[in-house]
Amino acid sequence: MSLMAVEGNLKVRHLKSHLMLSLCAGGALVAIASLGLVLFFLSKNGLPYLKPQLFTKMPDNLDVAKGGIAHSITGTLSLLGLASLLSIPLGVMGGIYQVEGKGKFAFLVRFLTDVLGGIPSIVIGIFVYALWVYPVSQAHPGQGFSGYAGGFALGIMMIPLVMRVTEEMLRLVPQALYEAALALGAPRWKTMLGVVLPAARAGIITGIMLALARVAGETAPLLFTILGNEFRGPLDGPIDALPLRLYRYATNADVEQNKIAWATALVLILMILCLSIVARLATRSRMQEDK
Amino acid sequence: MNFNVTNSKDEEIFPSVIASIDSHDLPDAPMDICIAAQNIDFHYGSFQALKGITLPIARKSVTAFIGPSGCGKSTFLRTINRMNDLIDGTHLTGKLTLDGEDLYDPRVDVVLLRKKVGMVFQKPNPFPMSIYDNVAYGPRIHGTRSRKDLDVLVERCLHQSALWDEVKDKLKQSALALSGGQQQRLCIARALAVSPEVLLMDEPCSALDPNSTHRIELLINELRKDYTIVIVTHNMQQAARVSEYAGFFLKGEIKEFTTTQKIFSTPSQKETDDYINGRFG
Repeated sequence: MSLMAVEGNLKVRHLKSHLMLSLCAGGALVAIASLGLVLFFLSKNGLPYLKPQLFTKMPDNLDVAKGGIAHSITGTLSLLGLASLLSIPLGVMGGIYQVEGKGKFAFLVRFLTDVLGGIPSIVIGIFVYALWVYPVSQAHPGQGFSGYAGGFALGIMMIPLVMRVTEEMLRLVPQALYEAALALGAPRWKTMLGVVLPAARAGIITGIMLALARVAGETAPLLFTILGNEFRGPLDGPIDALPLRLYRYATNADVEQNKIAWATALVLILMILCLSIVARLATRSRMQEDK
Repeated sequence: MNFNVTNSKDEEIFPSVIASIDSHDLPDAPMDICIAAQNIDFHYGSFQALKGITLPIARKSVTAFIGPSGCGKSTFLRTINRMNDLIDGTHLTGKLTLDGEDLYDPRVDVVLLRKKVGMVFQKPNPFPMSIYDNVAYGPRIHGTRSRKDLDVLVERCLHQSALWDEVKDKLKQSALALSGGQQQRLCIARALAVSPEVLLMDEPCSALDPNSTHRIELLINELRKDYTIVIVTHNMQQAARVSEYAGFFLKGEIKEFTTTQKIFSTPSQKETDDYINGRFG
């Protein structure tokens, strides 16, 4: 039997292959194009207003064009810090439990984590408002809205993300490493903390960065918790954040404020981009380690 | 039966096995039993992986287990350091003793057991740490903190595993940069660092090239002086080269257990003969 293809068959096959590949490439292009468009519009409208004063000054009520969003930037950074303080320990511990725990309860935890991850952010905002902000404002009039409440809300949003990524990364660690440590007489907890967790560290850090990037842009939970502010206040009172500033300025009629809103959006995107790049770099160094 | 057993209790346990060991193959020294398995049944869920395994493992000697894939030899090896405990739904009956102590007694501390019974795995599995930290890992978790003690220990273990000369200048480098054969010798050094009494080797050369395999075999030859070694291997020439005693596993049963010399020259069972001569498996 000859190995030669029937005349014309190969051509048809090549044609089909090219067609399918082009279709897939087209799909990928459309997906990327939306990101390109976002970046293009943001740059076009925001770049002209991306001035140094934006990073150093607070809003100027007399001359909006001369004001900045410095307090929103520090606000977002403190919120991310607070959210990390809450979600990283809880999320990593929860992730370890999901890997180590057996039986019905571990299964239930896994299921509930998914549910928590699926709760709309505005619902979490209302939840924190009802749980924290409103009762405090009733007890101590004039208080309630605070940076802590905002960090709490973002932290709750981050927990399932951190938990899931911790679980996935721990599962990627070869069973052989786990067994190697146990075979040396290491107790389970030392095996987890000394061998398995460090082996998964880079992946977990990447996941945490991406989770931070994800919650950095959340607006809805902040509306109910930090209220927004025109100056840099302490964390136990109303503070400002980039997405909130963007929302306020973009929805106002003031043209000058609209301009700053574009610049704010650009700052927010750049911040998230930086987090993603750091995350990528962390992943790459892990690859090199593994060879 | 001229076969000389030091422990009279063990002699009661192993009349049939010991009777099957032909005395003229044996060294003059009596068989000093380190590990004794008596009627071990082992189940993964409803699947019975081991059926009535009874055999002695002699101290400071090499005992090899051969047999086709899935015959239970690795499972048996992993019952000795209770590695199978990690798998859900496993169940063991029978008696397995190390120096007379029942390994499956509920009061046994598996951490102490695994310190006493080291293991080398099929695939080299160094930790993603430096060469030094790999060897120092065991002593550290067991409480050795002094830098000087660790230095001495790491050097001694790397010497013992014949790796020192190749790595002495790069102890701080990642263990993952070593070749497969070097990694396996590192894993042996790591196991030796906790001063085990027994060393279990689960096909330690199956992922290595012939050259590395040769080096590991030389190493086993050195280690037999100080350690009780149990090795599972698919390579019958290897079993013949390194071991003093050999057991042939088939379908979860031990078909034959005797001296290596006898099992390879005049096996008493037809299945053993067929397997050794490549007629099946």
